[in-house]
Amino acid sequence: MSEATARTRLGALGLVAPLVLFLALFFAWPLVSVLKESVSDPVGLRAFPATAEAALGWDRQSEPPIAMKQAFVEDLRAIDDQQLLGDAVRRLNSAQNGFRTLMSKTVRAAQEQSGPLDLVAVDKRWADVRFWRAVANSTYPYTDRNLLAALDYQRDAAGKVVALPAEASANTAILIRTLWIGAVVTIACALIGLPYAMLAASLTGWKRQLLLGAVLLPLWTSLLVRTAAWFILLQEKGLINDTLIGLGLIDGPLPLIFNRLGVVIAMTHVLLPFMVLPIYSVLLAIPKNLMPAAASLGAPPWRAFLRVLLPLSLRGVVSGSLLVFMTAIGYYITPALIGGAQDQMISSVIAFYALGSANWGMAGALGAILLVATLALYAVYGRLSSDRAGSL
Amino acid sequence: MRKRVGILTMGGLLAVGLGMAMPAAARDLTVVSWGGNYQDAQREIFFKPYAEKTGKPLLDESWDGGIGVLQAKVKAGNPNWDAVQVEVEELALGCADGLYETIDWSKLPDKGKFIPTAVGDCGVGAIVWSTAIAYDSDKIADGPKSWADFWDVQKFPGKRSLRKGPKYTLEFALMADGVAPAEVYDVLATPEGVDRAFKKLDELKANIVWWESGAQPLQFLASGEVAMASAYNGRITGINRTENRHFKVVWPGSIYAVDSWVILKDAENKDAALDFIAFASQPENQAKLPGYVAYGLTNTDAAGLVPAEFKADLPTEPANMEQALSLDVDFWIDNSEALTQRFNAWLAQ
Repeated sequence: MSEATARTRLGALGLVAPLVLFLALFFAWPLVSVLKESVSDPVGLRAFPATAEAALGWDRQSEPPIAMKQAFVEDLRAIDDQQLLGDAVRRLNSAQNGFRTLMSKTVRAAQEQSGPLDLVAVDKRWADVRFWRAVANSTYPYTDRNLLAALDYQRDAAGKVVALPAEASANTAILIRTLWIGAVVTIACALIGLPYAMLAASLTGWKRQLLLGAVLLPLWTSLLVRTAAWFILLQEKGLINDTLIGLGLIDGPLPLIFNRLGVVIAMTHVLLPFMVLPIYSVLLAIPKNLMPAAASLGAPPWRAFLRVLLPLSLRGVVSGSLLVFMTAIGYYITPALIGGAQDQMISSVIAFYALGSANWGMAGALGAILLVATLALYAVYGRLSSDRAGSL
Repeated sequence: MRKRVGILTMGGLLAVGLGMAMPAAARDLTVVSWGGNYQDAQREIFFKPYAEKTGKPLLDESWDGGIGVLQAKVKAGNPNWDAVQVEVEELALGCADGLYETIDWSKLPDKGKFIPTAVGDCGVGAIVWSTAIAYDSDKIADGPKSWADFWDVQKFPGKRSLRKGPKYTLEFALMADGVAPAEVYDVLATPEGVDRAFKKLDELKANIVWWESGAQPLQFLASGEVAMASAYNGRITGINRTENRHFKVVWPGSIYAVDSWVILKDAENKDAALDFIAFASQPENQAKLPGYVAYGLTNTDAAGLVPAEFKADLPTEPANMEQALSLDVDFWIDNSEALTQRFNAWLAQ
């Protein structure tokens, strides 16, 4: 390799370096840390090193050994980093509720007295082996607890994976619902977006500008504003119901808000531009003389449409569907404002863990599950769409 | 050529580096509260006068709660908020986790003048507020008297609105099921009590519209979307005054709690934040609040300065407190996560 080509290569590398750095910093790194957050569990080991060692010999079923209990007290006395202790307590309380008040009592007792401490005298919950098991389990540096819980499973006392009771967790149901709402919105967008894009592409001049403007304008409006606007339109005493009642078409208000219908209507409107624009750009690239050519060969208009225009525009529908679906499954604000309790999507659960209870492990695990589900669907989709392309 | 490549790479690195660098300029004192008409009032009586007094700008922002928000800011280092108004739960959790600065009470009005629940290592009580049943007396003349009435859709047709989450909702359900306010937390502490609360909620589930931010229930009431809602008492009287509504507060069975000012750990303006909190705790400043929003005051000297016309609407008024219930912080910091999980699962069914 000559010096000149090496220099050009280096130059090219230099030009893409900002992009690579940007992707690594703002895309790859956050993704990796979210995945790591869902399985790493270092707090217990850092906070209770002596307990971790003493817990090695314990079977987690019988009464914990005295040495482990005293090691735990010593660990509590040794902690001087309050944020670390706070993290450890949060971790324990998340595995076994009751640890919050138990630990503040115990830490106070451990620091006030020296020498061996009778923990059961401090709080009788220490006689319950479940609390000790939670302490011992927290001292592994890695855990599958969050990933299991994200799919409504847990490990029982013997370490076997079992389903959580139905009333305790509904993540799988919410995840399936998320994908289902995403699919329904995608189909609704495709059914409206395809004819709309065809109409826009067939017109010229100000009519085309008007149609495109009608799609683009909402795209420049904040999502929150658009959702609030739908709220005003759909509510029981809102514009739509008032008009229908005023015209005498219905007797009582239609239930349009706080249910699935409202969510699908609002999300379809918000996401429609992402369907219309790709289809429109594909349609523009189709030669104008194909339809007359089909007609000259004797095809009636519907046949020309089905055999020529529709297959050619499918590429736009595929990429539009992908865009709409991927955006839809991450929705949070619209279902929260327009939907009922049964229409909340997985993002709202993630938001609860991340913002409400500061349980980032659980938030990361749910995010990871959503990512895997999406990638799997994407793979299936890629396979299907390439098959279809081959058969045409 | 080589030189140019070097410059380009450097330029790229520099651009990325600049984008990430923290703004070096000193940040103004930032105070965070709960938005809505409450924060509008705070702006008039605390924020603006304090900025005038010190001659330095004061930024105010609003938030919707959540310990995770504060934890993320403190853990990342150099938090962009200084003084934050938090609920009891966030006060207890964050204080245990070392997310807040310790309050130097020598810089504040005399500790003994505050109600006991307003004095903490990490927080200074700002207001006493209540969550209660609200209804529009223009639409329902003979309104509900209790949570049992709230649950009675035969007697009072129409939808209901409750805050989405187990906190308050489970307590209300138990009271609707006949548990006396004083025994609510004893019952709720048992697994059977939790089952009982969820069973009672099942009865009303189809008629509930859930709200998440404090302005929503009043919006629902005003538009006629719901017949009754749980709402923050200050917002109910607030909307009566500003929009000339006739919403009523049902005091029996209401749950009250104290909101406190805290200072985020290692915040840039922590000294100014403490000075601001001291300013906002002065009796003559606190006493102006009930004229805007009907929240109870934590400084007992201030309570004496409140004009009689505003007193009847305050949660701290003895007649209003008679059958009210104080939020049990310890119960909720232990059980919030597990019960929220169960609540979400219940909602999804």
